[in-house]
Formats: sequence, structure tokens, C-alpha cells
Amino acid sequence: MKFNAMTAVAALMLAVPGVASADPDDDNLVVNGEIEMTTKAPLPAHMEDANMDQIMSGWHFRSDETQALQMDDFDNSGMIFVDAGRDQWNAVEGSEGNSCASCHEGPESMEGVRAVYPKWDEEAGEVQTLAMQVNDCREENMGAEPYGYTSGQMANMEALISVQSRGMPVDVAIDGPAKETWEKGKELYYTRTGQLELSCANCHEDNYGMMIRADHLSQGQINGFPTYRLKNAKLNTVHARFKGCVRDTRAETYKPGSDEFVALELYVASRGNGLSVEGPSVRN
Amino acid sequence: MAKGVRPRVKAPRSAEAGEVVVIKTLISHKMESGQRKDSDGNVIPRSIINRFTCEYNGAMVVDVEMHPAISTNPYFEFEATIPEAGDFQFTWYDDDGSVYEETKTVKVG
Repeated sequence: MKFNAMTAVAALMLAVPGVASADPDDDNLVVNGEIEMTTKAPLPAHMEDANMDQIMSGWHFRSDETQALQMDDFDNSGMIFVDAGRDQWNAVEGSEGNSCASCHEGPESMEGVRAVYPKWDEEAGEVQTLAMQVNDCREENMGAEPYGYTSGQMANMEALISVQSRGMPVDVAIDGPAKETWEKGKELYYTRTGQLELSCANCHEDNYGMMIRADHLSQGQINGFPTYRLKNAKLNTVHARFKGCVRDTRAETYKPGSDEFVALELYVASRGNGLSVEGPSVRN
Repeated sequence: MAKGVRPRVKAPRSAEAGEVVVIKTLISHKMESGQRKDSDGNVIPRSIINRFTCEYNGAMVVDVEMHPAISTNPYFEFEATIPEAGDFQFTWYDDDGSVYEETKTVKVG
């Protein structure tokens, strides 16, 4: 009898960590006391069948201390990289004697851009990400070497462009010519990969709010990218994050900048339609 | 010389006499510890900010000695009492001999 009671207690103790969820909180994200962010929003129309009832920024899944870092630009280490991006913006490079500023003037001209990328590019006849657009500009208009797709310089530039749109709702187009790429991205999102046979949805749709080992699973939204991560003290790009996630399923990953990841980025971005652009955000 | 070094300071522009204010400082610096090796196995030389000071009208507010375990982009937040109007003088000392400075003026009243 006593033995049974002990077993029951032990079973209970074992069970508790299993059901301990890491529920997202209800805090409000206001940056610098002035930019109010939408961090929870109704499901976009295309997600009617998804196993969730609202979309949420990854900010809600972080500790109060980490959240606070994003609420003040001085505390947000991502802003260091925005400054570096501003230096790049004004630096003349390549054979044409141009900098970004030669055509686009101040980075303020990029307001709203981050919110609608990736988007269909009629001239190129494909869906283009922000990184692809930056490199197109560098090669064609500046005669400069393209940045590495997930390089520090690319992340800096994305952060500089992203920060111009902070607070604006993500609004990527998924219809028209982009639809085919979007469908491909959706298929990738729900396809199990690797030895662990996990799809994006297994973690980020079915189990967000739970613990994955010692970390909280978020919805995997990308409205906050590029993201400053405390674990590596630098900005992280979307495709580098995709690669890390796919790798963690013990799969051979697609390459950053590949058609597969571009399609996945469009699809994942569309799952955040309605959330505010937060980049550069702070996560752990 | 370390690249991309940029000091930043957040201090109030004005305060009451005798008020205690919060000062935040951050300097972007890679803080290479000297413990790491590159892909060829060679030790990457140490390159860190080894001292940070803050003075107010010539009086020392904080004087910090830093060692290799300090992470990249060192951030300091501290409180200071403002006795009268004046200038904060912030100074960071690099291993390579560089000195980075920043000044912030505080008005009283």
C-alpha cells in the first residue's frame, strides 16, 4: 500500500514537468514608449484550417527581462547593427560609384518595404526576398559584389530597412503570380523532414507554448527578423534560422537563398500577416 | 585597431539638483578574449576594452576594470547623483591603446 502511494507520488512528480506549459503572456509591446506593436492578431484568412486560434509574436514567449530589451532602442543590441547598416548604406562600393544613398537617399525611403516582402518581382519573374532585392541592387546598380545571403552585412542592411517599417502590419501578397510559390512554401511547412520526422507545424502550430527541452516554443513567426539572439550576440537572418530548425530535425537542409527557403519565407511571412514588423527584435 | 567601435550613452538632459539619475552606456566592441583559436589553430590575440570610467565635472563616478570574460558590446547601467549642472565624461580604454570618449551635458532646473 505504502509502496503504491510512493509510486503514485513519483508518477505525479514526473508528470508535472511534462504538462508544464510555457504559455505566452499578455504583456504589451511598446518600443521607446511610442511605437505600439500589434503582437497578437486574428488568424489570416488563409489559416482557417490551422490548429490555432490567433497569431502571436515570438516576443510573448520570452521572459520579462528579454522582452524589456526590445522595449527600448538603447537596450536593444540589434540597434548596434542598424547603425552598422547605416554606414553600409552610405558607403560607395562597386564599379558604378554608387552607394544605396545615391538612388534611395535616406534609409527612411524604405518605409513600408519590410512589411510586404517577400513579394513578386515582375521583371525577374519570381518571388524575391529582401535579401535578393538588396543583392540585385548591389550587382546591377552599384556593380558591387553581392553580400553573402546570411552574412553579417546582409543582416545589418535588412535590419536598417526593417527598422523603417517598425509597427506597420506585415502584409505580404499571396495571390496572383506569387500563389504558386506560396503553395510550395505551404507544402514545405507541413512536410515532415529528417530523422525526427518533424514538420514546421509539429512544433510551431501544434505545440507552441510548450517547452522544447529548455526553451519555449513560439509560433515561429518571422515578423521580428532580423533577430538579435542573446545566444550568439548577433543578428540572425530568416534563412539562417530556417536552416537551424531543419537541421534540428536531423535533416539535410536547403541552402539559404534557395528556391525552397524563399517559398517557405513567403509562406511563413504570410502566417504573420497582421502582426507588426518588429525587426530587429530581441530573442534568446 | 578594433573595427566598428562606437560608444553610446543615454543620460537625461536635465535633472533637479541632488537628483539620482540612471545612466546607461554601451560600446560596440567584439571583446576578443584571447582564449579562442582560429580555423588554423592559431590563438586569436586578445582585444578587449580593459577599463571604463565615468566622471562628472572631474569627480569620478565609476571606474571599472574589465577582464577577458566580459561579453561582446559591454553595457553598463548605473546611478549617479547630480549635485549641479555639468558634464559627464565617459571614457573607454582599448587594449590597442585607443581611447573612446563621449560627453553628455546635464542642465539643472
